[in-house]
Amino acid sequence: MLEVRDLHAFYGRAHILHGVSLEARAGEVVALLGRNGAGKSTAMKAIMGLVPPAHGEVAFAGKRIDRLPPYRIARLGLGYVPEERRIFTELSVVENLEVGRQPARDGAPTWTEDKLFALFPNLANMRERPGGRMSGGEQQMLTIARTLMGNPRCVLLDEPSEGLAPIIVEQMANSIRALKGEGLCVLLSEQNLHFSQAVADRAYIIEKGQIRFGGSMAELTADASLREQYLSV
Amino acid sequence: MTFSSILIQLLNGLAAASSLFLVSAGLSLIFGVTRIVNFAHGSLYMLGLYGAYSLIELFGRTPLGFWSAVVLAALVVGLVGVLIELAVLRRIYRAPELFQLLATFAIVLIIKDIALFTWGAEDLVGPRAPGLSMAVEIMGKRVPAYDLLLIVIGPLVLAAIWLLLTRTRWGALVRAATQDREMVGALGVDQAKLFTSVFFVGAVLAGLGGALQIPREPANLELDLAVIADAFVVTVVGGLGSIGGAFLAAVIIGVAKAFCIGMGSVTWFGVEISFSKLTLVVEFLIMALVLVVRPYGLLGKPQAAQRVAAEPAPPFKVPSWGFALVWLALLVIVPWVTDRYAAILLTDIVCFALFSVSLHFIMGPAGMVSFGHAAYFGIGAYAAGLLLKRAGLPMEAALLIAPLIAGAFAIVYGWFCVRLSGVYLAMLTLAFAQISWSIVFQWDSVTGGSNGVFGVWPSPWLADKTVYYYLALALCGAGIAFLWRVMFSPFGYALRAGRDSPLRAEAIGIDLRRFQWAAFVLVGALAGLAGAVYAFSKGSISPSTISIAQSTDGLVMVLLGGVETLTGPVVGAAIFTWLRDVVARNTEFWRAVIGLVILLIVLLFPQGLVGGLKALVMRWREWPA
Amino acid sequence: MSSAVLQVEGLHKAFGGVQAVADVSFAVAAGEMLALIGPNGAGKSTCFNMLNGQLSPDAGIVRLEGRDIVGLRPRAIWRLGVGRTFQITATFASLSVRENVQMALYSHTGRLRSLVRRFGAAFRPEADALLEQVGMFDQADRVCGVLAYGDLKRVELAIALANQPRLLLMDEPTAGMAPKERVALMELTAQLARARNIAVLFTEHDMDVVFSQADRIIVLDRGQLIAGGTPEEVRSNPNVRAVYLGSVH
Repeated sequence: MLEVRDLHAFYGRAHILHGVSLEARAGEVVALLGRNGAGKSTAMKAIMGLVPPAHGEVAFAGKRIDRLPPYRIARLGLGYVPEERRIFTELSVVENLEVGRQPARDGAPTWTEDKLFALFPNLANMRERPGGRMSGGEQQMLTIARTLMGNPRCVLLDEPSEGLAPIIVEQMANSIRALKGEGLCVLLSEQNLHFSQAVADRAYIIEKGQIRFGGSMAELTADASLREQYLSV
Repeated sequence: MTFSSILIQLLNGLAAASSLFLVSAGLSLIFGVTRIVNFAHGSLYMLGLYGAYSLIELFGRTPLGFWSAVVLAALVVGLVGVLIELAVLRRIYRAPELFQLLATFAIVLIIKDIALFTWGAEDLVGPRAPGLSMAVEIMGKRVPAYDLLLIVIGPLVLAAIWLLLTRTRWGALVRAATQDREMVGALGVDQAKLFTSVFFVGAVLAGLGGALQIPREPANLELDLAVIADAFVVTVVGGLGSIGGAFLAAVIIGVAKAFCIGMGSVTWFGVEISFSKLTLVVEFLIMALVLVVRPYGLLGKPQAAQRVAAEPAPPFKVPSWGFALVWLALLVIVPWVTDRYAAILLTDIVCFALFSVSLHFIMGPAGMVSFGHAAYFGIGAYAAGLLLKRAGLPMEAALLIAPLIAGAFAIVYGWFCVRLSGVYLAMLTLAFAQISWSIVFQWDSVTGGSNGVFGVWPSPWLADKTVYYYLALALCGAGIAFLWRVMFSPFGYALRAGRDSPLRAEAIGIDLRRFQWAAFVLVGALAGLAGAVYAFSKGSISPSTISIAQSTDGLVMVLLGGVETLTGPVVGAAIFTWLRDVVARNTEFWRAVIGLVILLIVLLFPQGLVGGLKALVMRWREWPA
Repeated sequence: MSSAVLQVEGLHKAFGGVQAVADVSFAVAAGEMLALIGPNGAGKSTCFNMLNGQLSPDAGIVRLEGRDIVGLRPRAIWRLGVGRTFQITATFASLSVRENVQMALYSHTGRLRSLVRRFGAAFRPEADALLEQVGMFDQADRVCGVLAYGDLKRVELAIALANQPRLLLMDEPTAGMAPKERVALMELTAQLARARNIAVLFTEHDMDVVFSQADRIIVLDRGQLIAGGTPEEVRSNPNVRAVYLGSVH
């Protein structure tokens, strides 16, 4: 579904990604693990076209997307949920969802407001509340729901558990499992290993802009030295 | 003042506020989404007024004819807005702000000449609104019924915009894009289409604002800049991007101005104060007050700091002594071997060269784009003329004191300007220039109003055109040499440092604002010198020396030559002055020609002619043989 | 704690009801390298910006050599002897490497106001000596705008040293650098800090750098200090491990 080959990207003059390769298949949850500053967010942005890739290829659903503007990539069915959430603070919950709405798409689940409110019940009680007056957890739900309104085939989730209270993290894990159940492909970036273990089938470890490990979650769980080296302090 | 006359002035002010609000709302809406300050918004207003005039003539002066003409004029102006967006702005959304502003200014020039070509130079007085030409008696005073209608239309349009923004998908997209364009794109929204639609709505608002004024003011060619300056003040006061702020500011300014007119001349403690002459100063005072208390306007929000990784400006190269001497020698010899006309043209060129170099100094090394640099040029010219004619000073003294007066104005204007940056700064400089122009234009008894000042001739020993040219060359040449020298002084380096990285400048203890303020005063005084020299060369001063057109001439000179070289502004001034001389002698529509030249530069040579040619040469050399 | 160059006590900052930094206290001694680490959103940047004058704390004391610097503007804090480097380098792109350092020297001595003197003439040997120390002398005449990122970081270090600081604040000093250059830069910093007896506080996410270069480490999570001590102590602290590896349960 999503295939990245030797991706290089710069932030300003800083060379952040030094040749990242990874892939994610339909119906699969893949975690991109790494400490902060490792290049996770930049990788997500480069895939989405928000940071222009300097070198390398990105293919989505069999089509090269590394030269496309973000809106064309989104219209192919790749959804992006940013780390900073980027909620439209002056728009209400339903208006935020409206901005994300796109026509139904073949081969991808179709989302409606009601279906999303069922997935994220908290949001149902605050339909008219401005995005700026929501808690961090609620905003995180909203930003995911907003992206789902575009009926994507695949979603990039940048650090979905960051800064959330444990109980909300658990809800988030359930929601991601539900997305997988709908047949979506999910690529999530995380620092939180335990959260990733709870939701992901496979994992990559990124450090200093390079992929250092790629394999099943079980393999990673079995390899303590890998965790020590790249994820712990 | 009685209560009833207060009420009348209030109504008067509210009626005036309506159109002001419509234009400003359109400007604000477009800026919010596209981040482009549309200079041509006043021109769209003017087109609305002219369009309504012609359409009423066509449809007949019936209520149906009148109102369908007003609505149709607004829609046509909307389409003109779409055309501008598609043909010009879409190509430069990623260009530096300065080029966007300049491109929209080129459109101002082109529209002005299209209007001149279509409707002629005479003011066109439109009909009164059929069925609404009577006056309504309120508390013993007569108020035009049409004014009452305008008072109602303002809030109605505000409500309509509000509904559009809060009740439609389009509105949600616009508000979302105003906050975070990039995220809207990442959610699959085609920004280009959104921008075009926003431009349409914004242009319709401007057109409607103009068309509705047809019974109140004659259509004329000065409206474009007068309206845009007012609209800038309103949006700066209300907060860029805030529709509610635009309404609030329009009402405050409209009412304040109406009160000043209404109060007329009042004698307080034996001093006669003419409030009607204070209308422009009031606008200025309100803006100053707001900017000090709330730098982002009444309802505005601070602009998110844009971390654009701009290309570093290359270091300037000092022209070598040999190079400078050859040119100087040529400039000295030319009037000997050619006719008197060459001396006159060359005098113009050296004046504008100093003007353009001083502008380059403030926008290049100091990084502050000024759209109102003519304020200092014009103040210098008027100060010289008035010191000679009204204060009776000798010409030589007037010539030397004039720059100090221009510098004194720069102290006041600059104090406000250095508090802002980017488009806010550009808009503020333009507003100051327009205010200076209006004062000169309206203060008949001192400045001669639209006629200007006559008989501003140099002393007898300078009466010969060639001799005066040498004086101009010496003074302006010295001014240019001084500015170039300052560019390489610690002061000049501190300015460049502040432009490159305000963050780093602050972190190494540089009080950037003070340096910028001082730079403002320095270039103000030197532009004033250019203006004073220019005034004595012409023998008369007209308000056009202080006009916005003069300011943008300066910008065109700088950009024509290129910001990135020291000599660029001088070359630009020479080419531009000569070109205008040639074009103006052959066609009445020289503004449109200049507008097209600017558009060509912006679209084809974003680094200016000198920079563009360099880039071409580079590409040529790299071409594989 | 008379030897502490920087002393922070009970620092608090909230943004719209969210406590970004809560009751943070620590001190940095002369010649010491102190690393401030923590996951994203822990409050490191907020904490840093309260020390350098960019933000003012809701409560708390920041003392520089005994003097309270809360409420001072960044440029005033610089004048008291605090050098800074930024996460995304901030240098004067159109000036040469040498001129960048000269600018800081001019400002330090209050001689920037001259309109006619030539800028390049003064402080040349001083600037070159600083560039020599950070290994950038051979590129002194190049314009900063064309330098490699790692070299820019070195220029920043030279600028930061120009006012003979007592304290260096370095925000993510190795971010964006090639892995090999990172340790080298911080080794250089540590060496200079010890030689000149400068206190260094830095945030960093490259753990190789942190554990090889810091004398002490403090760990911030959700606005609070959860651990502090030598690299060994911090590495074995269970709270720190939990913060970095996270949890769902």
